[in-house]
Amino acid sequence: MAVIELKNLTYTYGEGTPFCKKAVDNVSLSIEQGEFIGVIGHTGSGKSTLIQTLNGLLRPTGGQVLLNGKDIWAEPKKIREVRFRVGMVFQYPEHQLFEETVLGDIAFGPGNMGLSQEEALKRAREAAKFVGLSEDFYEKSPFELSGGEKRRVAIAGVIAMDPDVLVLDEPTAGLDPQGRDVLLAQITSYHKTRGNTVLLVSHSMEDIARTADRILVMNSSHAAMFGPTKEVFARGPELEQMGLRVPQITKILASLRERGWPVGTALTMEEAVRELLPLLEKGGVRS
Amino acid sequence: MIRDIALGQYIPGDSLVHRLDPRVKIVLIFLFIVFLFVAQNFVSLLLLVISVVVSISLSGVPLRHYLKSIKAILFIVLFTSVLNLFYGGGETLLKIGFMEIKSGGVSNAVFITVRIISLILLSAVLTFTTSPTSLTDAIERLMKPLKVFHVKVHEIAMMMTIALRFVPTLLEETDKIMSAQKARGADMESGGFAQRARALLPILIPLFVSSFRRAYDLAMAMECRCYHGGEGRTKMKVLHAGARDAVASVVVVLICAAVVVSNIFLPGVLS
Repeated sequence: MAVIELKNLTYTYGEGTPFCKKAVDNVSLSIEQGEFIGVIGHTGSGKSTLIQTLNGLLRPTGGQVLLNGKDIWAEPKKIREVRFRVGMVFQYPEHQLFEETVLGDIAFGPGNMGLSQEEALKRAREAAKFVGLSEDFYEKSPFELSGGEKRRVAIAGVIAMDPDVLVLDEPTAGLDPQGRDVLLAQITSYHKTRGNTVLLVSHSMEDIARTADRILVMNSSHAAMFGPTKEVFARGPELEQMGLRVPQITKILASLRERGWPVGTALTMEEAVRELLPLLEKGGVRS
Repeated sequence: MIRDIALGQYIPGDSLVHRLDPRVKIVLIFLFIVFLFVAQNFVSLLLLVISVVVSISLSGVPLRHYLKSIKAILFIVLFTSVLNLFYGGGETLLKIGFMEIKSGGVSNAVFITVRIISLILLSAVLTFTTSPTSLTDAIERLMKPLKVFHVKVHEIAMMMTIALRFVPTLLEETDKIMSAQKARGADMESGGFAQRARALLPILIPLFVSSFRRAYDLAMAMECRCYHGGEGRTKMKVLHAGARDAVASVVVVLICAAVVVSNIFLPGVLS
């Protein structure tokens, strides 16, 4: 069953004023339970607006957002419950830390859910484990941590609410390559362990290629493509027209194919190695 | 949403009032406001009202902006004018129980209403037609004589500029932090006073932290560009008062003189 279903979703900023701007225009799609969705799009394509309608931070000006088959705005007073079930990690989430201790900050979300102090802290500890924060961090002030550590605390703060759907807006922006790899690995392992749905917004095609089952491509307020990762990245020229690109390794294999080498497609380095090694062993024969 | 709050009232344009030297504009509007309170009879008051109307139409700013600024203070205006109705001498016009409305009270009420509304409109003319930067620039120039008393005029002006510059930035930041905490289930709409005040902490603390971070970054960036205070610093846009400003000054001074003259020759109606 679809965990999230969008029906003709439209969001217009400043509706009824001369400055109104349609940020999301008539998007319909459905996301299955347990999927890992990559969301890509040029800056200003509407992807940030789209994800903010998923947990009711923005109320759609047209259409519906269905969570497990129910319109999230059916009862506007209960919108907070939707926010616990659709966890949202914003860009630069480390800017939202405020508690005295790391553990206290992670437990803020669960505490708001009305859980007991004990239960909230238990969840906070579990979440901290998922993002690789050891017990030494629990009693530290979040403000004395490094940037990458702060980021992980903030992500743990959303994971601790144990949402059915986790939405991450550029979680790796501004991290060094190693921090990036580690964080992505943690998100993937979280996804595998909990089996819940993850939406990852990123400008890094490599990150998306490595993690996503399906990709949603947003272009000038519309959902331009929505399909399996390989299929979307096979449409390189179209993506480039939208100001996007395919992962470098995918592009290399594509141009090899153009030049007559018998290779398939690949999204990651490992897949590319699998494609290229046999070719090298045969000494390389053009078809 | 918090972003909708109207701040930075400047409305860009190219009208006569827009093009006046901001220093001249500040002084003239100040003069106007003073003379609103000097006026003692209906003739001079009418003269001032006409001048206000003329300057509004010269400013080229749509009328609805002015109406909006009046709307904000409408209650205060009504309150004070009703209160003023009951003060003042003269002949009794109306008697409600123990309260009497006398002719002096009526003119008091009219005066106070006209004064407050004109005052708001005049300051609106100033803020609508002058960008915040040229406003602070003008204030810096006008306060320059205070340097004799060791007032750090340049620093004050710089602080005002920076503060104005960061209002929209901080608003945006607040909006983001609010969204992030709401996404974690922060509840800012319910509960008693104490609970609501506590609910603000998750927003205020990150906001403070980020303001400090921005302050450090800005200070660093300013230092990298060799900023070292106002000493010997020249301006990219030097203010020039021209013929236009001279004409405006003469007109305003004439109006003020007319007010004084009418005060001398006509009886005052205020009590």
